[in-house]
Amino acid sequence: MDIEKFQYDNKIVRDFAIASVVFAVVGMLVGVVIALQLFIPEVNAGLQYITYGRIRPLHTNAVIFAFVGNAIFMGMYYSLQRVCKARMFSDLLSRIHFWGWQLIIVAAAISLPMGWTTSKEYAELEWPIDIAITLIWVVFAINVFGTIIKRREKHMYVAIWFYIATIVTVAVLHIVNSIGIPVSLTKSYSLYAGVQDALVQWWYGHNAVAFFLTTPYLGLMYYFLPKAANRPVYSYRLSIIHFWSLIFIYIWAGPHHLLYTALPDWAQSLGTVFSIMLIAPSWGGMINGLLTLRGAWDKVREEPVLKFMVVAVTAYGMATFEGPMLSLKNLNALAHYTDWIVSHVHVGALGWNGFLTFGILYWLIPRLYRTDLYSKKLAGWHFWLGTLGIVFYASSMYVAGLTQSLMWKEFTPMGMLQYPNFLETTLQIIPLHAIRAIGGIMYLTGALMMVYNLYKTAAAGTFVADEAAEAPALPKNTAESNETRHRWLERKPVQFAVLATVAILIGGIIEMIPTFLIKSNIPTIESVKPYTPLELQGRDIYIREGCNTCHSQMIRPFRSETERYGEYSKAGEFVYDHPFLWGSRRTGPDLHRIGGKYPHLWHYLHLENPRSMSPGSIMPPYPWLLTQDLDTSTTMAKIIAMQTLGVPYPKGFEHTANALLAKQADEITLDLQKNKVPAEPSKEVIALIAYLQRLGIDIKVAQP
Amino acid sequence: MISRILSSIDGISAYPIVSLAIFIPFFVIVTIWIIRLDKQYIQHMSELPLGHSTDEKKEER
Repeated sequence: MDIEKFQYDNKIVRDFAIASVVFAVVGMLVGVVIALQLFIPEVNAGLQYITYGRIRPLHTNAVIFAFVGNAIFMGMYYSLQRVCKARMFSDLLSRIHFWGWQLIIVAAAISLPMGWTTSKEYAELEWPIDIAITLIWVVFAINVFGTIIKRREKHMYVAIWFYIATIVTVAVLHIVNSIGIPVSLTKSYSLYAGVQDALVQWWYGHNAVAFFLTTPYLGLMYYFLPKAANRPVYSYRLSIIHFWSLIFIYIWAGPHHLLYTALPDWAQSLGTVFSIMLIAPSWGGMINGLLTLRGAWDKVREEPVLKFMVVAVTAYGMATFEGPMLSLKNLNALAHYTDWIVSHVHVGALGWNGFLTFGILYWLIPRLYRTDLYSKKLAGWHFWLGTLGIVFYASSMYVAGLTQSLMWKEFTPMGMLQYPNFLETTLQIIPLHAIRAIGGIMYLTGALMMVYNLYKTAAAGTFVADEAAEAPALPKNTAESNETRHRWLERKPVQFAVLATVAILIGGIIEMIPTFLIKSNIPTIESVKPYTPLELQGRDIYIREGCNTCHSQMIRPFRSETERYGEYSKAGEFVYDHPFLWGSRRTGPDLHRIGGKYPHLWHYLHLENPRSMSPGSIMPPYPWLLTQDLDTSTTMAKIIAMQTLGVPYPKGFEHTANALLAKQADEITLDLQKNKVPAEPSKEVIALIAYLQRLGIDIKVAQP
Repeated sequence: MISRILSSIDGISAYPIVSLAIFIPFFVIVTIWIIRLDKQYIQHMSELPLGHSTDEKKEER
């Protein structure tokens, strides 16, 4: 047998590791800032670019796509080369992937504070960046598949399966959810509206968790955990079941983000059933991970790498048990829109993704630099500080979520809301938000200790960019029968990718087709009309400021909600909402029936300084809305885009739209001026008020 | 309201049944496949990441 000599590319692994560590610190820092803003709104220093609504997406994007994303690539590029016994397919593609991804992150870091956002959670980036992501993802895919095809190991280790599923599914999710009609370089409208948009978004949102935060990390777990423990995975058979059942079931569970909303019941039930079924593969995976350490638990006591990994796998188990529980309608009724969900995702993000990444980094960096970890003791400190941080974070958010939810639902014996003022429930949980911020700071401090530790490790060692390795070549062209067999093997990753795609598509298609069929069947509520040009512009300001990060527009059919907000939301009310703005967390009250509830004056003063209307409010002031001119040059393009999407504006409306806009702005301004505020019709605030006053009133018109 | 709209879609009841019909055979097949997997293959696969020949650091120690 021929022994071939080759070299592993460690440089690309090192580069991604550095990027991951840098963006871990950045992402967590932004997280701490927004955590502080939730009880000290002044932290934004009066700057529109760093208000909560704009940088909360920055935090989520930085953590998911920059920190975790780079960590995935780091771990994949390391492990893939080794289980394939081959260097990456192309060094050039590796570099393009690396720099392209970092450029995308920079573009996100600029565009989100600027308010260029689609408003769809974890898919906020506007269309030019979306296209860049697609291209870089293709580069990445070619590089990975190329490596798998030229591998020297006959079989594909299970980690590779998880990587393949990740690559194909993320591509499908990203493209389907991001399709929209561009209005300008920085603005686009979602192809879907209302209920459909919500369904597509949460099919995406849920599976971004599944296929960006879970499957690639499971691949990493199946490689690095056995590696760190120096023993094979507990059951390889179980890992196969884990893989197929996980990717097959996960894709169906998205609708559990929309329980009790205007989403059709059957879709909600489908989401719940599949979420419960998910416990099985998830726990199968967790048990497989933990049992890999059987007989090695003594090592866990001394080895920080294993400590981090054990907590990571445990956090995975906890989060994947909690998730299905939260998908039960009765529990979801309590937890949705509250901090409970925030707690849930952070058990996953801080525990599973964060700790597994830290474990891998502590294992990997000394190996890349041919030395020992600078300080095991410091890593131990990091472990305990991080763990305590998670405990502080998760527990305070549980209590906050439960407290607020119960307060929302509390009635007096007379049948009135016990806490009719939403703000009361917010103020009640402020101490818990402070504890959460402390937890976050502890976690960040631990991460900073890691940066120091890894830096010292790297400084003490010598980096080997190209690691020499050797492996026998796979038998080629030896005999006719062998050749067919080999060719079949070569095609295997491709066949495999096709199989995985089919598995995920079945769920997605069955979930979505009926909802798309509704479009032609839904009796549009006759009184629901498209937004006026001014309202449309106002809606885009609402999106730009990220109002939907704190305010929902979806009243669930509970008495506690209809008493507080008004008539529950109907599917037919959202048919012109490109994109939907249902929101997922009520830091402030729901706004779906805000229209007509207060006079224009109230909104004007409230936006200028929320505390003037609601003393103690944690909403930041938006004084710039009062001074910035509304950009009406976009009105025509926006109306045309909406017409393309099927919104029934009359023919030629785009030409008269701005005149209509000015007329409505004048009316609102006149009303404000009567009330002695120096309002001007050209300012952004007028458009936003017009939009807010329109919200949810269409069906009121219909009612006698 | 919604359920009425949905029931007006032709063959909507087929969806949950189709889901189940795809699902159960899929898992039966996967399970049978896994039970029948070759022991040597399993052994080889589970030891794959440990591949000692490439872990030079360990040999150095």
